Amino acid sequence: MRSVVFGLRQVGRELKSGEVRVLAAALALAVAAMTAVGFFTDRIGRAVELRSAEVLAADLVLRSNRPIDTSRDALAGELGLDTARTSSFPSVVLAGDNSALADIEAVSPGYPLRGQLKTSASMDAESGITDAVPDPGEAWADPRLLARLGEGADVGMVLEVGRIRLRVTRLLDYRPDQGLGFVEFAPTLMINLSDVEATGLIVPGSRVSYRLLVAGEPDALDTFRKRVEPVLGPSERLRDLEDAQPQIRSSVERAGRFIGLASVVSALIAAVAVAMAARRFASRRMTTVALMKCVGATRGFVLGATLTQLAVVGLLAALAGIAVGYLAQEGLVRLLSAMVGDQLPPPTLAPAVSGLVLSGLVLAGFALVPVIELCRTPPGRVLRRDLLPASAGPLVLYGAAAAGVVGLLWWQIRDADLLGWLLAGTVGAAAALVASGWLLVRLASRLRGGGTAWRYGLANVGRRGRESIAQVAAFGIGLMVLILLTLVRSGLLDQWRATLPEDAPNRFLINIQPDEADPVQNFLAEHFGGGTLVPLVRARLVSVNGRDVADMEFPSPRAARLVDREANLSWAVEPSPDNRIIAGQWWDSPKATGQVSVEEEFARDLGLSLGDTLSFDVAGSRLSAEITSLRTVQWDSFNPNFFMVFPPAALEGYPRTYISSVHVERADRGQVLELVRQHPSVTVIDIEAALDQVRSIMDQASLAVQYVFLFALGAGVLVMLAVVQSTREERLYESAMLRTLGAKRSVVLAGVAVEFSALGVLSGLLAAAGATAVAWILATRVFNLEFSPDPWVWLAGTLGGMVLVGGAGVLATRSVVTHAPVNVLKRY
Amino acid sequence: MQQSAGSTPVLKARGLTKKVSSPEGELTILDSANLEVARGESLAILGPSGAGKSTLLSLLAGLDLPTSGQVWIDDRELTALDEDGRAALRAGRVGFVFQSFHLVPALTALENVMLPLELAGRKDAAGKAREALDVVGLARRVGHYPRQLSGGERQRVAIARAFVAEPSVLFADEPTGNLDTRTGDRIADLLFALNEDRGTTLVLVTHDTHLAERCRRQVEMDAGRLL
Repeated sequence: MRSVVFGLRQVGRELKSGEVRVLAAALALAVAAMTAVGFFTDRIGRAVELRSAEVLAADLVLRSNRPIDTSRDALAGELGLDTARTSSFPSVVLAGDNSALADIEAVSPGYPLRGQLKTSASMDAESGITDAVPDPGEAWADPRLLARLGEGADVGMVLEVGRIRLRVTRLLDYRPDQGLGFVEFAPTLMINLSDVEATGLIVPGSRVSYRLLVAGEPDALDTFRKRVEPVLGPSERLRDLEDAQPQIRSSVERAGRFIGLASVVSALIAAVAVAMAARRFASRRMTTVALMKCVGATRGFVLGATLTQLAVVGLLAALAGIAVGYLAQEGLVRLLSAMVGDQLPPPTLAPAVSGLVLSGLVLAGFALVPVIELCRTPPGRVLRRDLLPASAGPLVLYGAAAAGVVGLLWWQIRDADLLGWLLAGTVGAAAALVASGWLLVRLASRLRGGGTAWRYGLANVGRRGRESIAQVAAFGIGLMVLILLTLVRSGLLDQWRATLPEDAPNRFLINIQPDEADPVQNFLAEHFGGGTLVPLVRARLVSVNGRDVADMEFPSPRAARLVDREANLSWAVEPSPDNRIIAGQWWDSPKATGQVSVEEEFARDLGLSLGDTLSFDVAGSRLSAEITSLRTVQWDSFNPNFFMVFPPAALEGYPRTYISSVHVERADRGQVLELVRQHPSVTVIDIEAALDQVRSIMDQASLAVQYVFLFALGAGVLVMLAVVQSTREERLYESAMLRTLGAKRSVVLAGVAVEFSALGVLSGLLAAAGATAVAWILATRVFNLEFSPDPWVWLAGTLGGMVLVGGAGVLATRSVVTHAPVNVLKRY
Repeated sequence: MQQSAGSTPVLKARGLTKKVSSPEGELTILDSANLEVARGESLAILGPSGAGKSTLLSLLAGLDLPTSGQVWIDDRELTALDEDGRAALRAGRVGFVFQSFHLVPALTALENVMLPLELAGRKDAAGKAREALDVVGLARRVGHYPRQLSGGERQRVAIARAFVAEPSVLFADEPTGNLDTRTGDRIADLLFALNEDRGTTLVLVTHDTHLAERCRRQVEMDAGRLL
């Protein structure tokens, strides 16, 4: 207790005197970098999530085929959640002599809770956003519905829906929850919920889907879910983002990974800076600790007092860092208001809390061991400066740092896969950096030609052997992450965006009957320049390895749902370009039977592996096949893809339909209506809006990564300064000595420049190698992208290293030649 | 054995030996030193550089452990204690003055002098430290940091720090070694005056015979042996 009081008293004094400012500044900057990223990405992340929630038109949807009890609305209201109701059912709509099947969407005011409706005043008018819903007595019609109701059908016409007549007042161009799945549905007619009863269409036995949409704060949503889930009726189902379309989910996940990666990188660089500052903090305190021991302080007392100091400094630095981080992100958002603007939700407190936890983690991992070592300083150091505390041993030192890194990474990204690869990359790179650093330092110290400065500089690299290796490794890590971020930013991100080109398919065609296949194919070729027809067979998975799926337990609710619904099977001669075989082998011949290729995540969800036998019920007959390959699928390519693909011969003879996807230019939209007129059974799904959603998610992610890059850059510069700072006193002394012996200031400075530039070149080489390796791992293992090595990295690494490290070194040590030698030498 | 003339020894060493390993093999830097210092006595340990003076001092103060031999302070065997035990024994009993002052750079003159009192958990540390600084003539420099003080002033702060806890033994390692002759003389005057005034036992290590002569007793060292 006395040591805590003593520590508290000391910290006040030390803060006043400026002694702990270096460590505090490093930690504050670390926390600032992390929380600025945290606040910003929290907001971007929430924006991305909100955009994704549009797919549901809510955060949570309770769906049932029976009217949903009003107690659910009451509960949501109680919890402060917003609600809206919809009822949808198929019905034939009449317009004079013409009729068409429509999906009647009856909605209450407030719908949709997430996302917005887009409507237009007529076929030729531009589409606009609206917050309203159709008034009672009015209807908003999907343009495809009007197309099916014959020539001249347009806004203003009156439609008969059951027993009532509704006037079409607007065209419904987009509703957020229109869906992308390959389910068959008719074009939408949106009406007011209060008109439903009057239609007289809802009678016992009607196929009505009732939905209660819920949106609001995550905590309240959690509570709602927890209270409703246990009392769900047999027909009731809760859906959230998890169940949203795989294309969107895949994009959101990748966006999250990019942002997570960027913030982790800042955190790691900052941690290196803290480690350097902590070492300096400890080494500058050794004599004081020895002195305290001389006058009676025990080791425990010193430890208690020092830890108290460290905790207070850590807390103050973290608070300052959080404040700076908050301001930095606020400034950033304002700077970018034109791009991100008011779409960003306000920041939450979570990143601030993270900042505090992170500062604790960083201190524990990177500063605790030097401080514990410090407390072992022998008291005899007051008489002999060369006495040093017993080292804690590499296992403890690196163990603590490794634990710190793991804790930090886990706290930041919570993604085991990414964590594993990042760790492997970081550890491997650090080991390689130290090993090659050792080799390079030895080589460099042998190059002794040239003038005095050259010799002095290179001799220093060799003479400070251990420090030089540590510096090369520290600089190397700093440079590596900078290069890595550049690669990620310019390379991986561009590649990701390239997966969704401008002419990506924006219309899905489903329900193409076999006899329509050829004419539709020809139509597509003629008007849209192509479009491949992909066969689809509807089937139900009934057993795995002879075991009935009804008797099987699945690890996730998602898996249970996947099994529960009808599966779409397809066949192919070759795997399509956005599929990659990761295990097993694709069939040799299209005539093969009894084989199936399964999508990897689907297999993982259901616990399937190579060699398992799947049995399906296809229109009453049984189809069995062995899993002979596993594939990854790039869902956000927007091409038709399937969980299960068979060889063509395997599905021969089963009832099938075809699906296709094409890119339709704005000017050719009329042709789509023509296609529907010629082939009324074909359903065309407009996924332009979904594509835009994915594109905007990509844009937001890339924006975030680019600006996070700036923080990481700042942290990297800080590391370099911390490294330079750590040898400053020694240099001060050497410079004084050299100048006393007659060396000119310019020679001393040139020597420093040679030394740091040499260190920079060595670190740059190592960093380029490390970054290339990590980028390769990230691209191929984490982001599932093709990796193309960038030769510029090597040039940028060596030149950048030389300029950055050499420049920072000279800048930070230039004052050593301005101090009068006599003043410096007097101190020693 | 080097014995004190007076009453019971406050400090006693028997067969103190320190060996260290070097590239040339084992090196004996202190060889079987025996010493007794009486309460209130002032003793100078004289000898050239490398004679083993500082090693002897660090062993006598329990800052290091001998390879063999024993040390007692106030009849308690220092060499039988672990590092924390030795520190606890030193607390409030032992003071130090060093050649290079060893003031804590982050603390003001006053805070430096308060340090041993705070470590010993004494009350009114600030009041006593002010008095001590007043005694050494630095009453107007209490708020200065070491870097703002001259060499002589720093050593005066160190002396105030050494005496403030009223130790029974004061170890001084070349206390004037870093100072010019005039300042050194003044510091020596102060040190001996305070020693006289407080009745402290003084053990002073120096190669300066002039300074050594001011002590009541002198012992000489050479090549690790007490002569």
